[in-house]
Amino acid sequence: MSETPKDPLGPGTPDNGDQGQGTTTQGAVPAGKNDAARNGAGRDRDLTSWLPTVVDSIAAVVLALLVGALLIMFSTPRVVESLSYFFSYPWDFFKFSGEAVWDGYRALISGSIGSGTAWTRTLERAAPLICAGLGVSLAFRAGMFNIGAQGQILLGALVGGFIGFHYDLPPGIHLLAALLGALVAGAAWGAIAGILKARTGAHEVITTIMLNYVGRFTMLYFLGKEALQRPDSDNLLSPPVDDSAAFPTIAGVHVGVLLAVVAALFVWWLLERSTLGFEMRAVGANPDAARTAGMSVARVYVSAMALAGMLAGLAATMTVLGRQDSLTDQVAGTVGFDAITVALLGRTTPLGTVLAGLLFGALSAGGLSMQGAAGVPPELTQVLQALIVLFVAAPALVRGIFRLRGQGRKADVMATGW
Amino acid sequence: MKLEIKGLTKRFGSFTANDHIDLTVEPGEIHCLLGENGAGKSTLMNMLYGLLEPTEGQIVVDGEPVTFSTPGEAIEAGIGMVHQHFMLVPVFTVAENVMLGREQTRRGVLDRKAASRLVRDLSDRYGLKVDPDALVENLPVGVQQRVEILKALANDAKVLILDEPTAVLTPQEIDELMAIMRGLKEQGTSIIFITHKLREVKAIGDRISVIRRGKVVGTAQPSASEAELAELMVGRSVQLTVDKAPATSGAAVLEARGISVVDPRGHLVVKDVSFEARAGEVLGIAGVQGNGQTELIKSLLGLVRPDAGQVWIDGRDISRHNPRESLEEGIGYVPEDRSHDGFVGSFSVRENLVLDLFRNEEFSRGPVLKRDAIEANARHRIEEFDIRTETMETPVASLSGGNQQKVVVAREFSRPLKVLIASQPTRGVDVGSIEFIHKRIIAERDRGTAVIIVSTELDEIYALSDRIAVMYDGRIVGTVDPSIPREEIGLMMAGATTSAAANGGAA
Amino acid sequence: MTTTTTGPAPASPGPGAPEAPVRDRADVRRQVRLVITFGLVLASLVVFALLVDDPAFTYLLGEKRTAEFVPKDGNATYISWGAVVIAAIALVLAALDRFPRGWKGALLGILVGLAFYAGFLMWAYTDQAEGGIQVFIANPIPGTIRIATPLVLGALAGCLCERAGVINIAIEAQFLSGAFFASVFSSIAYSSLVFIPVALCAVFGLLGGVLAGVLIAAMLGWFALRYRVNQVVLGVVLVAFATGLTSFLLGQIPSDHKETLNDPQVLEKIEIPVLADIPVVGDALFNQTLLVYLMYASVALVTFLLFQTRWGLRVRAVGEHPKAADTVGIQVNRVRWQAVLLGGVFAGLGGAYYTVGSTGAFDREVSAGTGFIALAAVIMGRWHPVGATFAAVFFGFMWNLQNQLSFVQPVPGELLGAAPYLATIIAVAGFVGRVRPPAADGEPYVKE
Repeated sequence: MSETPKDPLGPGTPDNGDQGQGTTTQGAVPAGKNDAARNGAGRDRDLTSWLPTVVDSIAAVVLALLVGALLIMFSTPRVVESLSYFFSYPWDFFKFSGEAVWDGYRALISGSIGSGTAWTRTLERAAPLICAGLGVSLAFRAGMFNIGAQGQILLGALVGGFIGFHYDLPPGIHLLAALLGALVAGAAWGAIAGILKARTGAHEVITTIMLNYVGRFTMLYFLGKEALQRPDSDNLLSPPVDDSAAFPTIAGVHVGVLLAVVAALFVWWLLERSTLGFEMRAVGANPDAARTAGMSVARVYVSAMALAGMLAGLAATMTVLGRQDSLTDQVAGTVGFDAITVALLGRTTPLGTVLAGLLFGALSAGGLSMQGAAGVPPELTQVLQALIVLFVAAPALVRGIFRLRGQGRKADVMATGW
Repeated sequence: MKLEIKGLTKRFGSFTANDHIDLTVEPGEIHCLLGENGAGKSTLMNMLYGLLEPTEGQIVVDGEPVTFSTPGEAIEAGIGMVHQHFMLVPVFTVAENVMLGREQTRRGVLDRKAASRLVRDLSDRYGLKVDPDALVENLPVGVQQRVEILKALANDAKVLILDEPTAVLTPQEIDELMAIMRGLKEQGTSIIFITHKLREVKAIGDRISVIRRGKVVGTAQPSASEAELAELMVGRSVQLTVDKAPATSGAAVLEARGISVVDPRGHLVVKDVSFEARAGEVLGIAGVQGNGQTELIKSLLGLVRPDAGQVWIDGRDISRHNPRESLEEGIGYVPEDRSHDGFVGSFSVRENLVLDLFRNEEFSRGPVLKRDAIEANARHRIEEFDIRTETMETPVASLSGGNQQKVVVAREFSRPLKVLIASQPTRGVDVGSIEFIHKRIIAERDRGTAVIIVSTELDEIYALSDRIAVMYDGRIVGTVDPSIPREEIGLMMAGATTSAAANGGAA
Repeated sequence: MTTTTTGPAPASPGPGAPEAPVRDRADVRRQVRLVITFGLVLASLVVFALLVDDPAFTYLLGEKRTAEFVPKDGNATYISWGAVVIAAIALVLAALDRFPRGWKGALLGILVGLAFYAGFLMWAYTDQAEGGIQVFIANPIPGTIRIATPLVLGALAGCLCERAGVINIAIEAQFLSGAFFASVFSSIAYSSLVFIPVALCAVFGLLGGVLAGVLIAAMLGWFALRYRVNQVVLGVVLVAFATGLTSFLLGQIPSDHKETLNDPQVLEKIEIPVLADIPVVGDALFNQTLLVYLMYASVALVTFLLFQTRWGLRVRAVGEHPKAADTVGIQVNRVRWQAVLLGGVFAGLGGAYYTVGSTGAFDREVSAGTGFIALAAVIMGRWHPVGATFAAVFFGFMWNLQNQLSFVQPVPGELLGAAPYLATIIAVAGFVGRVRPPAADGEPYVKE
């Protein structure tokens, strides 16, 4: 996916060099190409250009759910058994399949948006995904593929959690200190990869993956210290944060969820309205031109990764300060990796990331009740998520399957090559 | 082999790149295809070579209609092509490049010896001196081009297409190439020679077909005058020179002393270069591509830190400046490869017009961009520089080459400059835009800016320069007055220091 | 550009400008880096040597204590101070800018590395007496080879793909699915009614691994070459997909069917008669499973294929300059498909290591991110199969060291656990830096 659309005409595009004519007809430029290109930038195009991507995304979700249905079918013993007498009595197969898929997906929906508690669970699961996904998106727009959200979350959780349960501070200040600690730690961990890329050219995909593992061992190391050990437990487990450091709840949902929305607005403002965002987008799209225009590519890499890490640190507070989870080496769950898929599904835009985060939050919340109510293994949601992103990344495939028309815009995915 | 093209048409969507083109190439003929950038020459040749499929029309070889859906089939039919951008694998040796696609093996192992032998045989037969075991990336472009020709000859090409082959050569190398072409012609090979340079078609062509906006608009004999050919090519009478008053040179604004640059591969590519650019004067830096001009210019801007030497602007040392500081010193820069360094393709015209200006107070307050000011700037520049774009939100990548360059030029000219550095300011740009950009450069000079033009096109150097510095092998071999004959500059571009260099325009 | 060019006139220097000797800044940086590195090595070696109180230690030429291998005693003093001397020599050479380049430099670098290893071991293994358990320095080679086997195979897959211009971050996905299906195939072969000799069940598992590796490779090829999905993104997504799918399928295996589906036969060790008797290394290298021998052969095969055959020339051409290959009649995407699929074979074999090649049953964490380490080995080895093999062996060595040292006191276990990953970061950032990948790596080829 080369970022600069190559002129498909090669040198064939004529320019109306004849200035005497004075007409500015661009009739010679092929309409199709221009349509595709026009969708790429600008502000009045926001609504129209978003449309095809929404269609693509929905189609990808539908397609993934279809594949998921197949998986549900063949993971249901009754359905598999009915295959053995399929030719003599095919109705059973279709009936059992239909029931299995219906039960599974009904549980998925009711478990995610079917009730107040389901909504709460969805929102609480979506919030960290949104924050970390914003971090991945932001780095992506600056030309960095940040796979390190997992490690950044761990470090954020470690520092934020430690401040939260170790120190004794007045309520508001305690929360602020813990929050700040998590943000700074995440940012610092993220910045390492940025600094390494800027100074030595080490590819961020490798370094962030490795930093995830290093982060996990760092967490384990500190969990082994006495100051972090939960007194009543033999496992490597810390106490939960004090109530004075926890997010307050409103209508059953902790305030951290609101912070995720604020973070999305901040990222939007940063990318679209600020000088630093302008530099980030320029560096992400064409680092050579950015450098020639006097931008410091190194500075952009470092600040983009620091901000990305900060957002991952914010994601960490959702569990540690929001749900008041204890610190373990599993405290990040799979949020850091799911954040990548969230960002890609959201096409690395803030709004898209929020929507994708909500979808994945719902999948994750519904996945649990799917297991409980319909016996569908929770790993299915993981497969679904991967499939959704795979299909979103290959719009041509999805369009071919659904016979969708239209050009659509290329995904806003920037990194090509090493 | 006789090659006929009958009514060949290529459409991309609603746009017709080639419109019913008829062309006949007789055996042993050098047939020139003349047309300006973007006229559709390359599209035609890519169809002939199986890289593009024609929408309509026919290719006829020796009376037999043929279709090529892959280059392999075109090669099979005896068509060889030397592409404008060489189709050589840089990390392969010459022999490997020549054998690629037609490899001989012995018991499954590549027979590199046989390939070397083949290269040696061919180079002896056609007088194309090449070391078969040299790595292509270490060869100068002139030699790389010979490798391209060898590749075609190794496939027994009967018709050889040369696509803009002279763009990267010194005048002497062009002469050598023409000698090679004549030799091939004597051995019966037909040649299609694609160019936009009038001088060359007159020198070598047997017949000239002129192509404009995808159509063959006429044929001419080599005896036709340059003005006639130019008018045929562009479709109106063309001013071949730039109107300019004599320069009123002022004080030296930019001074470079003893600049040396080592490239990332460890080669010393700029060797102890010193020069000065004066206010109100155009200094042309001539030379064949790859003789250190690129690195020299980048070191002036701080894009590459010079390994030795200093650069001063108005007496201040800027050699340790980063690009941003250099730009703030009042250097304007039009890079040689605009889509690589000059603009961000996915950014809109509006955004690209402030790509290096957005930090100014005019366009931002602290961390916040001033969107209204940026928009007003875009409206203003689009009008002033006649940038043909649908809206200011159109991504620059979808503009034509000439308009892309105008975006870069408009941006760089839209702030007060002390020094303007323009590398290949009109490469791949249509004639109308060339005229416009040249006029603006001279206007900038007349405002008292010191202008440095780097160009590999001698025509452009002569048209603009008040003094000409010639680079060869990382050095400035001499600085001369534009009254010096082309032949002498040609010799200097190949490394000779002439007597003219001593008494040249340095005075 | 050199001066041995075409110009009719010989190059003569500019007017009266004697060429000032210019020292490349990169060269200076290299020297500074070497001096700092060796300085740190020397300092730590001196500290290690001084910290040794009782120079007695025991070592073992084999990996485990057996009848053949009995612990022997050694004296740390000579080894510790010998290491210090080697590091000091290297430091002096670097400080005087006399440190050799090319293979000599590499050799000397390896020697310094070994010296550091030796000095570190002396510090770690001496003064252990009070713990009561007898610890001895075991031969690191057998473990290294074992751990390196899948890494090497994965790195070979990476080399093949990336030389052809397709970025393969999905090695981890190939490992996971290879491991899973190797286990399933081997288990089915053993428990099913189909007549397969017991000894071949594990080999049958390898086949399953290969099939799974090729399947993921086919997905990679399909999306990357047909639909031109960004290959870095694609790789990460494929890893997520394979992780989800294998754990989903693992969850599908009912516990009462475990022995028929996920209880594979494991590959037996095969001793190669004469070679295995070579002292120190023989047993380590030539008393291994079939998979390890396949790994040796694969390195030679891939190197031969890439650099000595018609196909290899085309693969490299397609990865460097696809359009040039197209213009001489090579079908770019077909060659890329072949390379990607063949890579899948090796990666699948590598994945099979984690089940039938070593411990047996599949588990969610069998590969533990080693696919990414294999990828790092590709980059560190500069996209050359032999270089990548050395890098993979280096990682195997680090891992093995971590395993061995976990019984020793002075080093915290978490630090050791992080060591292979830290080593990767340092390797990618410090030693490799900006390396040159195949020019068209990751770029889909589109015919106009």
